[in-house]
Amino acid sequence: MDWMKIGAATFLVAMLVFLLPRAKHMLKNSPKAGAGDWQAVLIPLALVVGLVVLLMMAV
Amino acid sequence: MQTNYQTMPQTGALTQTRNKVLKNTYALLSMTLLFSALMAGVSMAVNPPAFTGLVTSIVAMLVMWFVLPRTANSGAGVLVVFGITGLLGFGLGPLLNAYLNMANGAQLIMTSLGGTGIIFLALSAYALTTKRDFSFMGGMLMVGMIVVVLAALANIFLQMPALSMTISAVVILLMSGFILYDTSRIVNGGETNYIMATIGLYLSIYNIFVSLLQLLGIASGDD
Repeated sequence: MDWMKIGAATFLVAMLVFLLPRAKHMLKNSPKAGAGDWQAVLIPLALVVGLVVLLMMAV
Repeated sequence: MQTNYQTMPQTGALTQTRNKVLKNTYALLSMTLLFSALMAGVSMAVNPPAFTGLVTSIVAMLVMWFVLPRTANSGAGVLVVFGITGLLGFGLGPLLNAYLNMANGAQLIMTSLGGTGIIFLALSAYALTTKRDFSFMGGMLMVGMIVVVLAALANIFLQMPALSMTISAVVILLMSGFILYDTSRIVNGGETNYIMATIGLYLSIYNIFVSLLQLLGIASGDD
């Protein structure tokens, strides 16, 4: 295994250590989704997926 | 009646503050994107070794975690943001040079750039016009990030092209979610620091560009 893989792995582990407490905090303190909230997110995200598929077919 | 007279100016001041944060965020974001592109151009001309991207990412993340929170409320924070975005831009040089060496590399880069621009502008416009509060997504987005980092960690050793493609696709979706989340936080007063707002949006744009470039590279059969 070359040192770039070790460097990348160390970087990702450090990211995990940094992200985990923040994720826990955000999961506890994020407000609950209201009626229609998820729909309001999923529609634009579906359009993003459509655009990416379109671009992948175009190249 | 008295309550109404008292709350009206407060609401006006709040709206003014939000508009100011929004204006400053987009102004700083535009400048950092241009600076980042300039640094990527310098890096392409210098053509540093392939590991440059990893080293600049590590340094940029360390600065983001340990220096930016201490300077975000002062003028020095603007310089720190330029430092971070400059480093990340410089780190893109070897990747862009590798793509330019492909037959349709320039087309892939321009398509990825255009796609990233469309995604960012459309999602920002959507979040700004609906004024909906997307803060409920915060926990889910962070969990998604942790899953992606774990998958990326596994793929360093597994080297599976299908997993690499899946990670890029999921990163684009997560970063799109972060654009909605960050923009709605500015609009709804959850984020009042334009330096922190800028770095959040910049990272989303940067990650969408890199992931889209990887997906397009795989789709064109050159990656």
